[in-house]
Amino acid sequence: MKRLAPYLLILPGGLWLLIFLVVPMVFMASVSTQEGDIINGFVQTFDFSVYGDALTRYQTQFLRSVGYGLVGTVVSIAMAYPVAYWIAFRGGSRKSTYLLLVLLPFFVSFVLRTVSWKFLLADDGLLLSPLKSMGLVAQDFHVLQTTVAVIGGLVYNYLPFMILPIYVALERIDPRVVEAAQDLYAARSQAFTKVVLPLSLPGVFAGVLMTFVPMTADYVNAGILGGPSNTMIGNIIQTEYLVNTDYPTAAALSFTLMAVMLVGIFAYARALGTENVLEAAAR
Amino acid sequence: MTEIQAGSAEEGAAVAAPSSPRVPAIELSGVVKEYLAQGEVVQAVKGVTLSIAGGEFFSLLGPSGCGKTTTMRMIAGFEDPSRGTVRLHGQDVTGVPPNRRDVNMVFQSYALFPHMNVWENVAFGLRRRKVAEADIRRRVGEMLEIVDLTGREKRRPREMSGGQQQRVALARALVNNPRALLLDEPLGALDLKLRQAMQIELKRIQREVGITFVYVTHDQSEALTMSDRIAVMNDGLVEQLAAPREIYERPATAFVAGFIGTSNLLDGTVEESTGGRAVLRAGYEGRILVEGGTHAVGDHVAVTVRPEKITISAEEPEGDVSAVRGTVSEVVYLGLYNSYAVRLADGAEITVFQQNALDSTSTAERGEAVWLSWQPRHSYVIGS
Ligand SMILES: Nc1ncnc2c1ncn2[C@@H]1O[C@H](COP(=O)(O)OP(=O)(O)OP(=O)(O)O)[C@@H](O)[C@H]1O
Ligand SMILES: [Mg+2]
Repeated sequence: MKRLAPYLLILPGGLWLLIFLVVPMVFMASVSTQEGDIINGFVQTFDFSVYGDALTRYQTQFLRSVGYGLVGTVVSIAMAYPVAYWIAFRGGSRKSTYLLLVLLPFFVSFVLRTVSWKFLLADDGLLLSPLKSMGLVAQDFHVLQTTVAVIGGLVYNYLPFMILPIYVALERIDPRVVEAAQDLYAARSQAFTKVVLPLSLPGVFAGVLMTFVPMTADYVNAGILGGPSNTMIGNIIQTEYLVNTDYPTAAALSFTLMAVMLVGIFAYARALGTENVLEAAAR
Repeated sequence: MTEIQAGSAEEGAAVAAPSSPRVPAIELSGVVKEYLAQGEVVQAVKGVTLSIAGGEFFSLLGPSGCGKTTTMRMIAGFEDPSRGTVRLHGQDVTGVPPNRRDVNMVFQSYALFPHMNVWENVAFGLRRRKVAEADIRRRVGEMLEIVDLTGREKRRPREMSGGQQQRVALARALVNNPRALLLDEPLGALDLKLRQAMQIELKRIQREVGITFVYVTHDQSEALTMSDRIAVMNDGLVEQLAAPREIYERPATAFVAGFIGTSNLLDGTVEESTGGRAVLRAGYEGRILVEGGTHAVGDHVAVTVRPEKITISAEEPEGDVSAVRGTVSEVVYLGLYNSYAVRLADGAEITVFQQNALDSTSTAERGEAVWLSWQPRHSYVIGS
């Protein structure tokens, strides 16, 4: 009984994952190699050519998604790190209040927030119309339907997922260790680059995983804030599935996206394994 | 044993002053440190003045929360005093950051860099001072040999025992050849055996490298065995600053007497005072003789007597000694000696250690009425 306890404990979670993750995935995998249409029904053909076709057809959107994900992730790191640092080292007794503020946007629906960005950034919206009437920006200047708007929306929506893991990593650093660095002749900037930064890298690593993956697969931001030239692979999958009801193509694209991200993340973990990063930082 | 080489010229970045034996290595004058905690001003250090000579093994001893770490942090430069000045080798270092002070600290919790191996930890300070790589290799190697960690260069701190981590922390500070080394309860986390071994080791290293050690501890026996001088601190103030023997034999205040070893506190009123000798009487049979000092008849005087200086006897002792009468309330056999608790008529309890010699005549039993006697020079008058 004692030896069974751990297994019993993972049983509910395990069952949940099995039923709601593995089963649909197997189902979708099988759909991806079927042929037919919604009216006449689909039959299994095990024809994998759909993968190649879909990839060639939507290559641009694929690359664009990965590019947006990468840029969004880098921008997120740059914005999240100072915030996390400030809360962890300067937050004092109000740390939890600041963390709550970081999480506050989550209390409002994701879609609603993105839509309100649209109002804010519209050509005659709250931000641009005063600027235009003051003549600070050109009359035909616009933010919506641009790459900047989409990446901005992505960063805005996923920023807390970058702040939190970095905060946790920074919070765990013993302030005495930083003092020890200063005691051993490191100037403040060196204490940061040689001690604080390397010790917080696991948090950055986790933050990258938690933002890059959903950013790359996102379709809400491109859909609401972007234009036709900002379509991401998530939008394509959505259209293929819901509008064109081309289930095999939608499923094939989903699996390709998953594979691309898994490979990318393994490569990333390999190349930047925390151990290696730490070794390099110790010099 | 490996000699420690003097630091090379490129280390001039840190605060340096011509070292002269006359200029104290560390000087605190009227140092006060106040913290604001929950809107209230807390005085962690309430006015400390002391001066530590170059090459000295100096200890700060005192109970938890008395301000030892705070004092140390002001010397290292992590805190600036609210009032007063800190001088290193004659130079006022107020506002000088820790990385520009030529002192190194061994932290209470070691504070090793968890992401670096032993070698990198020890080389950290030399790298920051841009010492040539060849010199770094040589000095780190020598230092690891001194602390007996050769062959463990690649280990991470978490892969080492407490004692080994402690030695890495020591090596990391010592390798920079600082003017002074500040050690904040460096042996606090070690078990007794390792602690004693490390005490000897530290003392040896200190003699070998000849640098000033400022040692913080709340373990009195550690301070007594290792130090050249001890500052006993209590509640943010130095109660007594003296050599170990002096602190032990002549505690300046009741606090020091109580904190160092076991001590008996007695008080009485001066009945006679002639030729530098006073006779005290109290609410029990007998008298206390006090030598030195000037005491007017009628003064109230407190003295301490160490338990091992007192003799127990059944008969009233003859001659020129302090002698008080009481009843044995407890006898504890402690191997080499017996510990007696003797209650006086006014309720005070006196502790007496008596060696268990074979021919010992003093074998008092519980409940027995006895005389306690000691030489006049063993009554130490303490300040009020
Ligand atoms: N940053 C701070 N803010 C407020 N009060 C502090 C701060 N640092 C220390 N104190 C207070 O100052 C006093 C002295 O602290 P300190 O750490 O110097 O004691 P210590 O003698 O080193 O004790 P220990 O033996 O427990 O290490 C304590 O009462 C402590 O609560
Ligand atoms: Mg302390």
